[in-house]
Amino acid sequence: MTLHARSSSVETQRAAAARLVYRKPDVLIDRATHYCPGCGHGVIHRLLAEVMTDLDLPAHTIAVAPVGCAVFIYDYLDVDFVEAPHGRAPAVATGIRRVRPEAFVLTYQGDGDLAAIGTAEIVHAAARGERITAIFVNNGIYGMTGGQMAPTTLLGQRTTSSPSGRDAELMGYPIRITEMLAQLPGVTYAARGSVADAGSIGRLKVMIRRACQVQIEGGGFAIVEVLSNCPVGWGMTPQESLEHLKGSVAEAYPLGVIVDRSAPSTARPAAAAATNPEA
Amino acid sequence: MAPRQEIEIGLRRTEAELEAGRRARVLMKGNEAIAEAAIQAGCDAYFGYPITPQAELLEWMARRMPEVGRVFVQAESELGAINMALGAAATGARVMVSSSSPGISLMAEAMSYMAGSGTPMVLVNVMRAGPGLGGIGPSQSDYFQATKGHGHGDYRVPVLAPASIGEAMKLMATAFELAERYRTPVMLVADGILGQAMEPVELRFRTPERQAFDWALTGAAGRPARIVKSLDLDPEVLERRNLALQQKYREIARHETRWEGWQLADAEFAIVAYGTAARVARSAIARAREKGMKVGLFRPITLWPFPERELARMSRQLHGILTVELSSGQMIEDVRLAVEGRCPVAFHGRMGGLVPTPDEVLGALKALRGRVERTRTTTSHDPATEHHPGDASANGTGVRTGARRRGRG
Repeated sequence: MTLHARSSSVETQRAAAARLVYRKPDVLIDRATHYCPGCGHGVIHRLLAEVMTDLDLPAHTIAVAPVGCAVFIYDYLDVDFVEAPHGRAPAVATGIRRVRPEAFVLTYQGDGDLAAIGTAEIVHAAARGERITAIFVNNGIYGMTGGQMAPTTLLGQRTTSSPSGRDAELMGYPIRITEMLAQLPGVTYAARGSVADAGSIGRLKVMIRRACQVQIEGGGFAIVEVLSNCPVGWGMTPQESLEHLKGSVAEAYPLGVIVDRSAPSTARPAAAAATNPEA
Repeated sequence: MAPRQEIEIGLRRTEAELEAGRRARVLMKGNEAIAEAAIQAGCDAYFGYPITPQAELLEWMARRMPEVGRVFVQAESELGAINMALGAAATGARVMVSSSSPGISLMAEAMSYMAGSGTPMVLVNVMRAGPGLGGIGPSQSDYFQATKGHGHGDYRVPVLAPASIGEAMKLMATAFELAERYRTPVMLVADGILGQAMEPVELRFRTPERQAFDWALTGAAGRPARIVKSLDLDPEVLERRNLALQQKYREIARHETRWEGWQLADAEFAIVAYGTAARVARSAIARAREKGMKVGLFRPITLWPFPERELARMSRQLHGILTVELSSGQMIEDVRLAVEGRCPVAFHGRMGGLVPTPDEVLGALKALRGRVERTRTTTSHDPATEHHPGDASANGTGVRTGARRRGRG
């Protein structure tokens, strides 16, 4: 089965009358999700399923589910799953990694889970260079609990717990946690992608594939931050939310590979890479 | 610290030497003996964070686990440690964490998740005095936490309470066995004295047999994917899961309750105590017997399940019970529930890291006997005989007469 990001393009669909160009990966369970209309989690799940299938990973994957909107990810991806307490997925994954060196270990966390309550766990898993692949979905809000402010919420953004907009003086500044993690030598790969449009999704898939390959190749910690949308939490239509994602959100969180220590010939010095992310 | 070559006697010798080694008595520190017993019981992975008075346990593991090709990780916090344990245990590994009181409070969250998802793990609490940061002296003030609480939700965990280093070593194998048999976290509680003291111990170890787990996460090759979780948003489903848990707890209570009696056959009075307090109680009982008082010891080895039926039966022959603890009186609540007013239940305890002396306990026994004799001569309630901890004397001796209104007349 060949899977290309452009397979959803209209031209390819037309050509599909003659040959199979896209099939839902078996590891993606055929079930209606609980996600809100327009939510980006579905796209990210699909990309993961495609990459994992391409790399022949599902049969030896042990994945860690977060607390938050993606808590039910174990109902959508047909691999072994353990549920982690809120924020603790990187520690749980560390335990799995250490006793199951042959397993492919995956974590999937939101921004409240990873960048607020689970800050210590993600920083130290990265610092230890744990050979795990972390998917970090940043939609700037606590979606599951009704749209409260997250550490990643943009300045001025209205949420149910910042009803007048996020005020830096009272509520601090958004955290670019992936740039923080990229400083650590234990981090082999750190990148930020987006689900804003087909092009971004294609580039995101390349990042997710690289983050998985790093683990297979015996590298250290790999993380892909995914800028995603929350139309309901943001009070926008799905279309508006994608425009916002392309605009203000991507301005605050620049897209691109932040560090790649897996390829020494091409990798730039860590500090430079972290402060000067590729667009 | 015990010399390493002695510890290894049990590991790399011939059968005859092995047997001799098992019988050899070596001097070991409690924390290190507990750690070695866990290794010999087949512990695959240990995750920890430094805290007094259990740091030697972590240090022993840091050196020994890599030696035997097993996993040791010093975590970023107790939260990190127990969640690493959760992940490793979910794959079917034999896993242990250890800490002391403030660290156990942090581990409470994951304990609840592991109880809810049926994940086996052994947790050692070398208790220190609280509340808060408290102190580093020995204490039993985490009885409530161990037996009634830690995390949220309707769950229990078996709690093993050794009274000697040798017993602690033996119970480590039991702890792993219970954890795996019942798919539950199991706690072993020691106090700072058991952790820090050195005692001659026999190098006798036991490795519980490995079971095949039909729930462990190993990668879904050739079988349907498995999920280890506690979440169920459907109340009907969640209640069924809870009912199954409660059924499991009833089974544990039926089959796994452990206690030890000493000099109880002719006893008129009994001391109920566990761990270090039970050892002080033994000395007090020996002195009381010299003075002609018929006193015995009832020592719970499992704090949960508490040996309530056995204590209830015993209380029918007793004139009074003295509960001795290194706390303000926590286990005494379970003692009273078991005794149901059949005889007076008094208390003596010290806090803050102090340990009662045998003489203090003897004094409390005499006070209890006096109280029982007075209530036998009159059925009326005499407020003058009521005492509370701290107000009876400067050394903290107090008599709590929970069943005073129902003393034998």
